[in-house]
Amino acid sequence: MKKAPSDRAVRRAALCAFPYTIPILAGFLFLGITYGIYMNASGFSFLYPMFMSLTIFAGSVEFVAVSLLLGSFNPIQALAVTLMLNARHLFYGISMLDKFRGLGWKRIYLIFGMCDETFSINYAAAIPEDIDRGWFMFFVTLFNHIYWFAGATLGGLFGSLIRFSTEGLDFVMTAMFTVIFLDQWKKESQHLSSLLGLGLSLLCLVLFGADGFLIPAMLLILALLSLLRNTLEKGEQTP
Amino acid sequence: MTFTQQLITIGMVILGTVLTRFLPFLIFPAGKPTPKYIQYIGKFLPSAVFGLLVVYCLRNINLFSGSHGVPELLSIALVAVLHLWKGQMLLSIAAGTVCYMLLVQFVF
Repeated sequence: MKKAPSDRAVRRAALCAFPYTIPILAGFLFLGITYGIYMNASGFSFLYPMFMSLTIFAGSVEFVAVSLLLGSFNPIQALAVTLMLNARHLFYGISMLDKFRGLGWKRIYLIFGMCDETFSINYAAAIPEDIDRGWFMFFVTLFNHIYWFAGATLGGLFGSLIRFSTEGLDFVMTAMFTVIFLDQWKKESQHLSSLLGLGLSLLCLVLFGADGFLIPAMLLILALLSLLRNTLEKGEQTP
Repeated sequence: MTFTQQLITIGMVILGTVLTRFLPFLIFPAGKPTPKYIQYIGKFLPSAVFGLLVVYCLRNINLFSGSHGVPELLSIALVAVLHLWKGQMLLSIAAGTVCYMLLVQFVF
C-alpha cells in the first residue's frame, strides 16, 4: 500500500502542476474577465459571475447561461441546452475512467472540475514518476478553477473600467489545444483517431454550422470508432 | 425573472454540467471492471476529442468574409511548426498567441 503523501510531496505536486497551467492562467483570466464584463453589461451584480464561475465552471455554458437568465423562465430548456452543450464531458469521463481510479476524495473534485482545459492537461501531461499523480491532477484542476473564478469576479467588479488592447488573446486556448493535439499525435502509433476527430468535426461544422455541429460530430466520431474497432486494435498490436 | 427563478435557472445549468461530468463514472463504477468496448473507446477517443476541440475553437471563423480565417490558419501553422521543431509547449502557445494578436490588431 502507498503511504499517505507528506506535505512535501503535496507541495512538489503543486509546483510540478503549475507550469502546465500557465497558458490557462492567461486564457482563463482573459475569458473570465470577458465573461464577468458581459454579465456586468447585462445588468448583473458581480456576485453572479463570482457564484456561477465557482459552481458551474464550464466556460461556454456560462456565457449561454447569461442569455438564459435574460430570457423568460424555462428551467427545462436551461437543462436541455446545458446537457447538449456539455455532452462532450461524457467523452472526457470515459477517457478518464482508469486515470481517476483509486484517488479517494480527490476523484470527486477532479470529476466536478473537468472542463475542456483541465481534462486535456490531466489526460495528456507526462507526470514524472516521483510526483503523486492524484495531487498533480488535483492542483491542475484547482489552479484552473481559481483562474476562472478570479477572472469572472474581477470582470464583474471592474468590468466597466478595463480598457482593452488584448484583442485576440483568447487564441491562447486554440493554441493550447493545437499543441495537445500534436503531442498526442507524436505519441500514437497510428493517427486514424486524430484524423477522424479533425475530419468529422470539420465535416459537421460545414454541414450543421457553428451552433449545431457538436452533437452530430460526437455521434459520428463514436460511430466510426466503433466500426473501426478491429482495424484500430489490430494496429496497436503491431507497432 | 424573479431572484428565485434565477436561482433555479442557475441550478439547472449546474445540474446539467455535473450530470455530464459524473455520468460515465456512475455508469462504470471504479469497483467493477469496465466493459472491453468502453475501454477501447476510452483509449482511442481522446485523440479524436483533441481534434474536435481544435475545430470547436475555430468554429466561428468565416472563410468568406472578414479576414477569411487567415490569421487563425497562419497562427496555427506557426504553433504546429514551432511545436514539431522545438517541442516546448509554452513557447509554441505563446508564439502562436502573440502572432495572432499582432495579426488581428495590426494587419487584418
